[in-house]
Amino acid sequence: MTKEESVQLMTDKMAKFVAYIGMKLPDDVIAKLSELREKETSELARTIYDTMFKNQEQAVALGRPSCQDTGVLQFWVKCGVNFPLMGELEVLLKEAVVKATFAAPLRHNSVETFDEYNTKRNVGKGTPTVFWDIVPGDDHCEIYSYMAGGGCTLPGKAMVLMPGAGYEGVTRFVMDQMTSYGLNACPPLLVGVGVATSVETAALLSKKALMRPLGSHNPNERAAEMERLLEDGINAIGLGPQGMSGNCSVMGVHIENTARHPSTIGVAVNVGCWSHRRGHVIFDRGLNATVTTHSGVLL
Amino acid sequence: MIEVRNGKKVLITPVSAEDLADIKIGDIVWLDGDLMTCRDVAHRRLVEGGRELPYDIRGKAIFHAGPIVRPIEGQEDTYEMVSVGPTTSMRMEKFEYEFTKATGVRVIVGKGGMGPNTERACKEFGAIHCVFPAGCAVVAATEVERIAEHHWDELGMPETLWCCKVKEFGPLIVSIDAQGRNMFEENKVIFNQKKDAAAAEICKHVSFIK
Repeated sequence: MTKEESVQLMTDKMAKFVAYIGMKLPDDVIAKLSELREKETSELARTIYDTMFKNQEQAVALGRPSCQDTGVLQFWVKCGVNFPLMGELEVLLKEAVVKATFAAPLRHNSVETFDEYNTKRNVGKGTPTVFWDIVPGDDHCEIYSYMAGGGCTLPGKAMVLMPGAGYEGVTRFVMDQMTSYGLNACPPLLVGVGVATSVETAALLSKKALMRPLGSHNPNERAAEMERLLEDGINAIGLGPQGMSGNCSVMGVHIENTARHPSTIGVAVNVGCWSHRRGHVIFDRGLNATVTTHSGVLL
Repeated sequence: MIEVRNGKKVLITPVSAEDLADIKIGDIVWLDGDLMTCRDVAHRRLVEGGRELPYDIRGKAIFHAGPIVRPIEGQEDTYEMVSVGPTTSMRMEKFEYEFTKATGVRVIVGKGGMGPNTERACKEFGAIHCVFPAGCAVVAATEVERIAEHHWDELGMPETLWCCKVKEFGPLIVSIDAQGRNMFEENKVIFNQKKDAAAAEICKHVSFIK
């Protein structure tokens, strides 16, 4: 395969994958929603869940995006330094989004700032966004693709607390955001929390946390405990599906953390809506693709 | 007009203020007839720009939504609704009183709650705000029979006014009724009380800085 052919092949595979994650939710999200559905008792909550599940079935049956807001695409790339297309990846992913936009079709969600016009191709300056992790001595490329819709992007918030505020301050910061903005962001939510030094480090972690599989926990025991406490606490608020009240509010709470400056606690929260469209694929150097989030998909 | 069909309460456009009198927050209703997508820029054009809507929505419904449509092959200037779901209604809150007053719209469909401007509009002019379950865009699209007209195309696909004919469009959960009661605001009081209690409980266990 020439370099050109390789680029074309990976572009096609990624375009197909992007369109697919817009149509079908990952296995872990479907399982969690099924579990939460059973916990709801009111007619209102049950009617909403019925509509949600009917929608996911119809999306697959008709081959359409399950939600009209197919988001701005974000890619979290974990790339081995010996992966043959490392240098081509950013351009290739942009091209894949354009392809998927017309094939799926996806909504045109890229508005150039200041000039304020929709590019009508779903890509623009800095979109899709590509976040990099470089892995030494490896030749694989892992990609998390995520459709960041407008509704669940709105509650995003980051700030820097004084150490005196402590983890109690982190708790209140997250909880306040659930009742002010979270309830409009299509619960049951997946809540990502970043704990670090500054706004940008915390913010990045809070979004990265949303890529983790549901049911996973932070390896740090205290952080994991705080994930459970927040999950129970937010569920106790009773946002219910669509924030219209019910017995549960979240699919999970994921905390990601780094060390911090002794004088600050950077904290951020990001939420994913119930229609949490993220997909994970691993390419080997021969461009064979293994999808880990969606069973039965061949690229 | 209002009709009960197979146990479903169906509003049929044109809807009158009297039709809405007995509908309360938390009720589930459905819609037959005219529903136009209408969101940020269209509201701004009308309220701030003083422009008239190119389509009469008196007694009809609007949908805070930015859909995905595609041209129907072999037919000129006709489109199929592929995927259409509600967007955050709160973004339209600052415009909705003036908008409702100017247009005579009766049913506002969107996502999440709205605020005092919309409550006042619903009460004064006899209108309701309803929530269509968000993220259920294929269900909504299949309840659109056809797109009859489209206007202000220059705004791009999400912001264009797509004038739809719908059949048993729903479920629509009434979040603000024509008496001005607001389900989200009433729920928020309860949510905040529960949040404060839950946060206090969590704080007992996270004193990691000692």
